[in-house]
Amino acid sequence: MTALDTEVAQSVGDIRESYLAQVGRRRLYSGLALLIFVVLMVSGFNIADERNAGGFWEGLHQIGDYPGEVLTEAWQKRADLPGLISEFFPALVETVNIAAVSTIIGAVGGLILSLLGTRGLAKWPRLIPLFRRVSDILRAVPEIVIALVLIFILGGGPVPAMIAIALHTAGALAKMFSEVAENADLKPVQGLASTGATWTQRMMLGVLPQVAPNYVSYTLLRFEINIRASAILGFVGAGGLGYELRNAMAWGPGRFDEAAAIFILLFSTIVFFDQVSSRYRNRLTEGQAQ
Amino acid sequence: MLSISGLTKQFGDKIAVDSANIQIDEPTMIGIIGRSGAGKSTLLRMLNRLSDASSGEILFEGEDVTAMRGAARRQWQSRCAMIFQQFNLVPRMDVVSNVLHGTLNRRSTLATVFNLYPRADIHKAIDILDRLGIAEQAPKRAEALSGGQQQRVAIARALMQDPAIILADEPIASLDPMNAQVVMQSLRDIHEEDGRMVIANLHTLDTARRYCDRVIGMRDGRIVFDGTPAQLTTGVARDIYGAGADFSEAATSTEIETLDRTGDPKIGVVA
Repeated sequence: MTALDTEVAQSVGDIRESYLAQVGRRRLYSGLALLIFVVLMVSGFNIADERNAGGFWEGLHQIGDYPGEVLTEAWQKRADLPGLISEFFPALVETVNIAAVSTIIGAVGGLILSLLGTRGLAKWPRLIPLFRRVSDILRAVPEIVIALVLIFILGGGPVPAMIAIALHTAGALAKMFSEVAENADLKPVQGLASTGATWTQRMMLGVLPQVAPNYVSYTLLRFEINIRASAILGFVGAGGLGYELRNAMAWGPGRFDEAAAIFILLFSTIVFFDQVSSRYRNRLTEGQAQ
Repeated sequence: MLSISGLTKQFGDKIAVDSANIQIDEPTMIGIIGRSGAGKSTLLRMLNRLSDASSGEILFEGEDVTAMRGAARRQWQSRCAMIFQQFNLVPRMDVVSNVLHGTLNRRSTLATVFNLYPRADIHKAIDILDRLGIAEQAPKRAEALSGGQQQRVAIARALMQDPAIILADEPIASLDPMNAQVVMQSLRDIHEEDGRMVIANLHTLDTARRYCDRVIGMRDGRIVFDGTPAQLTTGVARDIYGAGADFSEAATSTEIETLDRTGDPKIGVVA
């Protein structure tokens, strides 16, 4: 009561003083944060530069040498390029296949993890921390580590890569999905609960229609990321375009035309899916607003 | 002072405002009334240059407002403050910062994006909040305030702009009768004490009668009435709202006193 009285009795002068003090504190904190950021950037760069075998500044002018060699050799053998592109096309299909399957499996896993790990929606509210930590772990371990372990157990090929990417995707999408689900309107869920709907019915019929455009949009974004990821996993023996690229690049000069063909394939695929998915994502998010 | 001639706004084949002509010679408190969809908001948004006119012109002290581009347009917007029905504050920022947004046009972009304002401005913002009776709320987040308080913060932001004109688009439509009265009285005080022009879209006749010196009635994009509150008879009001003989002024009222009068529906029909 007394606290309330003094607050009412505060004069404008007091309010000014206390507000300016608050502003001063805030400025101090932002200034300190900026300082720490600058110090970390500078010191981080210096450490990285010292540990580098070559050194950043000494190597900087050579940065164009390797791409230059690849480009000149590819240009000399440009007549072979169409043939090489069609030769490597099956490998590209394999790479995109790995990405697509792992995105679908990962999205389903992410959906389940996110709904079980969102406050207000979870079936077992006490287990929310468990499901959140599970998705944290899935997200924290890089695909390439999971893939290396699985290749060691299962042998090389697309299946270990698919499992590795799917696990990482499930963790990453669970995080994004649950952030969308947190902002979902709970009124329809309550409405469905009042009719005696089960948890799964409430989620699928009450939450999903609200969040679906965002979910699909995040999944498409993830699909693009996964194409890149599955290409890279080829480097460690998971098949697809990355495997061919490693072979071509490890060979060194002489097979740079193959490397160039693979680069062209990879680049145009990523641009293609980027364009397609950004078109659909725009339609989904903007169409929702209308 | 302010002269609007032939101002028209078209959306596709629909005409929202149909060649409006308004002449204002001195700072006045003007109420614009009409049904929803009559073009009241569109008219105010064109005045503030939030949306562009399809044709016609707005002259303020000889300057052509409709022709302004870029920095000149933003300069005009800072002299012509706007208050919205849904307050349009930044909910997660504190009240004083929201009021200080009134100075954005005068200050450098770099300083303001880091929320750095001169001490004198901060003092002035708190003084304005004190004038509107909400200085105690200064450090709180805008979203923590009630609707009536938020609308007063929005008025404070408008005053911080030190504008020649204050436009208010349905300022009390989402407020309860008590808060509506406080907000309308604040606008009236600002008009009387500072001599600023106030143009308010209102959806209730009695508010327009009570607080405004001049009332403009709009129907289907056209200005169908322009005169003093005394000239606004029930017959004219029926015209503006396109209502039949069963229309009564009490039906559009939000005043507490009229609740007694509308208590018996038969009286409403007779009136």
